[in-house]
Amino acid sequence: MSLENSERRKFIGASFSAVAAVGGFFSLVAMKKTWDPLPSVKAAGFTTVDLSPLKEGELHQITWRKKPIFILKKTADMKADDNRDVIVDGARYTVCIGLCTHLGCIPSYKSGQFICACHGGIFDISGNAVFGPPPRGLDIPPFKIDGTKLVLGETSPEFEKLVKKA
Amino acid sequence: MANIKKSTSLGDWFDQRLAVKKFWNVMAAEYWIPKNISFLWAMGVILLALFVILFVSGLMLVMYYKPDAKLAFDSVNYTIMQEVEYGWLWRHMHGIAASITFLIIYIHTFTGIYYRSYKNGREMIWVSGILLFIIFSAEAFSGYMLPWGQMSYWAAQVITQLFGGVPIIGDALVEWIRGDYAVSDPTLTRFYMLHVCLLPIVIIAVIAFHFYSLRFPHVNNLDGEEIDFDLEGEKYLSGKVKESKVIPFWPGFLAKDFFYVSIFMIFFFYLVGFNYNFAMDPINFEPANSLKTPTHIYPEWYFLWQYEILRGFFFDIGPLKASDIGLIAFSFAGVSLGLLPWLDRSDVVAPAHKNRGFFIWFWVLLVDMILLSIFGKLPADGSIMGINNTYIGFVLSILYIGLIVVFLPLITILERKGR
Ligand code: FES
Repeated sequence: MSLENSERRKFIGASFSAVAAVGGFFSLVAMKKTWDPLPSVKAAGFTTVDLSPLKEGELHQITWRKKPIFILKKTADMKADDNRDVIVDGARYTVCIGLCTHLGCIPSYKSGQFICACHGGIFDISGNAVFGPPPRGLDIPPFKIDGTKLVLGETSPEFEKLVKKA
Repeated sequence: MANIKKSTSLGDWFDQRLAVKKFWNVMAAEYWIPKNISFLWAMGVILLALFVILFVSGLMLVMYYKPDAKLAFDSVNYTIMQEVEYGWLWRHMHGIAASITFLIIYIHTFTGIYYRSYKNGREMIWVSGILLFIIFSAEAFSGYMLPWGQMSYWAAQVITQLFGGVPIIGDALVEWIRGDYAVSDPTLTRFYMLHVCLLPIVIIAVIAFHFYSLRFPHVNNLDGEEIDFDLEGEKYLSGKVKESKVIPFWPGFLAKDFFYVSIFMIFFFYLVGFNYNFAMDPINFEPANSLKTPTHIYPEWYFLWQYEILRGFFFDIGPLKASDIGLIAFSFAGVSLGLLPWLDRSDVVAPAHKNRGFFIWFWVLLVDMILLSIFGKLPADGSIMGINNTYIGFVLSILYIGLIVVFLPLITILERKGR
């Protein structure tokens, strides 16, 4: 074996690099996809809630995509917030994901506020961030209104409007 | 091929094939250690001993642990703790070794800072050490969530949520890391993989590199004296053992190391037998519940100072949100010590007490980190002597960052100019 023809060696080296690069790229894609949520997880992403039995002023909690969802039917003396309220059947609701937008703890509902114990974040009755580290108000989950029912996991023009304002 | 002769002994048989003698000389018998070092230099070998304990006890635990969100809690708290003979021993050894490893890492690191062992050719030792600290943090965190108790679950929730701070792709990234919309079974299994497979391999590789990086610049000593190791080594070999400033790693220093390891092991098994509770959070004996946050979340003691820096910022600056500032400060704190060789602008290698400014800087840094740890454990909404904890945390966090990026360069530039 001779090493005289270094051009040929260089060519072999370059073609190996090319094959390795292509292979490496596809392996990375496969690894990324392997870590993605499974189809069964994604399919379980929709939840329907009937709002008609809810009592005013009482926090109702359900789960959607394994996350807690706060639903609160506002009483007349709770401040209306056109930027965030979900209006169903004439009544105003605070609907939000019950996870602090700071680092994801569950705030507790105390006397008209949502208080996050983890780092002291406070949200008002409509879910706006009013104190502490949370960078924004509680997130509103994508929803669709269907009569007196709320379908979580699907967007609708109502939802788009709120997201733009909030 | 080498010329293999008929061997004269078993040792010779191996020596002809594996160059055992040469290897032993390079690794131990002619690896030179300064005479002038103290017990603080034994921390490396203690860490190695702890790593072996973690590895072996981990193997014992992994035989019964079930990485499944439905089974994990019981496999630890029932099967391992109640059924498996001596299961409790392995678990407490594993938990306490993890906790104590960080204590020793901190002592090891601060010894390095005090004697300024991170510069003049020792940068790679330092950087690989800080890298080990970071990977150990990931290893500790991924292990902490495996028992799937309340604290495990919410620690995972909070730490994975941190990646939401990455611009634009944040939310998608969090979902990808978790493999679900919230922390759940896929998250558990992939962290299990990280904890028992990938990260240990990486740790072993980096430990090997950390050792290797010591071979050429050699270890520092109590006076920061520059030693010509080849010359002193020759002196030693030629019989001038007293005159020489060095001793071989084996039997010279390692023999002493073993003595310290023995004392340490007595302390360690005292903790395992009689005081294991400090490494076990009571909240973690409640099974994970994704719909109820514990009222007060805090990490293990060794992450508290970084955690406090994370939550130390509570106001927005222009477009930067408070939480982003906290995140940036937190990430900085994680890598900050790795930058010391370059932030220290002086070329002096001498213990801190030889330089007033650096001495004060060192102790202020240490006290600040201890205070950060204390406040990291306290609830954020409390107050001490009428001052809100949030404000104290903020001042301490700013102080930490200031000490690293402002005061250290200042002090060391003065030192350089003053000589
Ligand atoms: S998670 Fe709520 S304030 Fe940090």
